[in-house]
Amino acid sequence: MRGMKLVFGKEVRETLRDRRSVMSALLFGPLMGPVLFALMISTITKMESERAEQALELPVIGAEYAPGLVAHLKRQGVEIQDPPDDPEAVVRDETATVVLEIPSDFGERFETNDPATVKMTFDASRRDARTIIERVKRMVQGYGNLVGVMRLQVRGIDPGITRAILIEEHDLSTPESRGALLLAMLPYFLMIAVFMGGMYLAIDATAGERERQSLEPLMINPVPRWQIMGGKLLATAVFSSASLVITLLAFSQSMKLIPADTLGISLSLGLREGVFLFFVVVPVAFLAASLQNVISAFARTFREAQTYLSMLLLLPMIPSLALFVVPVKGQLWMMAIPIMGQNLIIEKVLRVESVDAVSVAVSMASTMLAALVLAMVAARIYGSERLAVSS
Amino acid sequence: MIEVQDLVRHFGDVKAVDGVSFSAPNGSITGLLGPNGAGKTTTLRMLYSLLKPAHGSIRIDGHDPVQDPQSVRRAIGVLPDSRGLYKRLSTRENIEYFGRLQGLDEDTLRANADDIINKLDLHDIEHRRTEGFSQGQRVKVAIARAMVHQPQNVLLDEPTNGLDVMSTRAMREFCRELKRSGRCVLFSSHIMQEVAALCDHIVVIAHGKVTAEGTKEELMERTGQSTLEDAFVAAIGSEEGLMA
Repeated sequence: MRGMKLVFGKEVRETLRDRRSVMSALLFGPLMGPVLFALMISTITKMESERAEQALELPVIGAEYAPGLVAHLKRQGVEIQDPPDDPEAVVRDETATVVLEIPSDFGERFETNDPATVKMTFDASRRDARTIIERVKRMVQGYGNLVGVMRLQVRGIDPGITRAILIEEHDLSTPESRGALLLAMLPYFLMIAVFMGGMYLAIDATAGERERQSLEPLMINPVPRWQIMGGKLLATAVFSSASLVITLLAFSQSMKLIPADTLGISLSLGLREGVFLFFVVVPVAFLAASLQNVISAFARTFREAQTYLSMLLLLPMIPSLALFVVPVKGQLWMMAIPIMGQNLIIEKVLRVESVDAVSVAVSMASTMLAALVLAMVAARIYGSERLAVSS
Repeated sequence: MIEVQDLVRHFGDVKAVDGVSFSAPNGSITGLLGPNGAGKTTTLRMLYSLLKPAHGSIRIDGHDPVQDPQSVRRAIGVLPDSRGLYKRLSTRENIEYFGRLQGLDEDTLRANADDIINKLDLHDIEHRRTEGFSQGQRVKVAIARAMVHQPQNVLLDEPTNGLDVMSTRAMREFCRELKRSGRCVLFSSHIMQEVAALCDHIVVIAHGKVTAEGTKEELMERTGQSTLEDAFVAAIGSEEGLMA
């Protein structure tokens, strides 16, 4: 194992001396996700809260026909605006989101207990319009219900009689689970960080070493080929793992910046969860390292390896995307699929659900097994004459 | 001591090496001379266990590269055809890396590295990273790292390729010193003058076969030619690719 240790040490040392690759492996790769994520979530949060708190401006046509309703709206914080000439035009040119129109016969129908009609003009397809439309509707209906209840009470009838069914909502989502919905992307960012962390080293240590013609001299040393390969593979995996740690740290920090309480969701990644997730995902680092070393060994040039390994970055997207689009209930056999299993476990951890030990064991074992098989393939390639003889 | 018997290696239809036999004794410089593509590099690659021979046998200090590659690799120092260095490591780090891979302990490694840096006069570039080194500096470092474990057998594949006059002279001197210390030096070249100036024993290879073998004088005698150049041309069967 001495040879493996030596190769490992040299690869790590040489890579650390290359500032550009260190930056991309340990800075850009792992931080891209958390930064993007924090930006995205805080933008959504800000937009949501702004919309909820904004004073509602509502142009009303014929306000004089329904002073009661208008007073009610004002009490609810609505800023009543002067009537526009053409309600459709102002909605179209987006100067108003909703225009309320009260017909002149409103008071008359109100008196005679006929349903009085009001007209709301809006464009439901407009972004951001939905919340405002809902708010106006709710307020107008709320006034209507209030008047209805009073009418019944005046006639000595229990208002409850009109409500045959009462829905009692019992939402089981917790602040954490609502947050996890947004966090469905986190597994992908973790996987990308793992794959990017060791990518440069894997290319440089195999295809790069071959292209620079230092692989042949290296192989003339009395060290078994599989140990040379093993050293390079371990160095790749260590960089992948380092990238994973940095990503986890960055995520736990960036989540603290998010004003999550305004969204009614809570996101957090504590030390315990972080350490647990590290151990869950670290087999993927070995899988990625083996896969990248196999591919780099097949590639004839540095460039070729770079092209292949960049395409490989799409691979961890597949399970993440699949789960994002079609959320399925985690079943044990899914845990056996590398990357998919880790995805499911990460999601559970973020939803603060308990993760059973069997799932974790199956996921880790199957991923490590896949990594081992690929490492053996890499060792075989290293053992072949084709690899060393570059010219 | 290197002994080669009836070595054969084909790549598809190309008979790269087609029955090569020779021996290279200790305390002497043996030259493999032949035009480009004659099979020199392939022969050397089989000697240093990178390629497996299809047929024939090799013994290096009694070890067989096919059966026991690790013992062979400990017994040889090789300047292969590919001689890339690690550009982000210094000269000394390049040398030490190979010394450790050869299994030297730290004390021996330090002493041997100092020694080879002295011999090849690498002091001024000892702690510089090898990126941007001249061709001559690169070859020197490549030789230094191959020699750090002080091997009994030294295989040099076209060592003077791309070197200037001064570097070439230094290289020849280094080979002579290896010979004086009783080592077996095997040297491949396509440059006739190079081999004639340095080698005690010359093996002429063409089209994967040994076409003549012996000292300079023996070669002239055997081919019935009066000059060395004519002797080589006669041995190879054409003038192609033989001149420097």
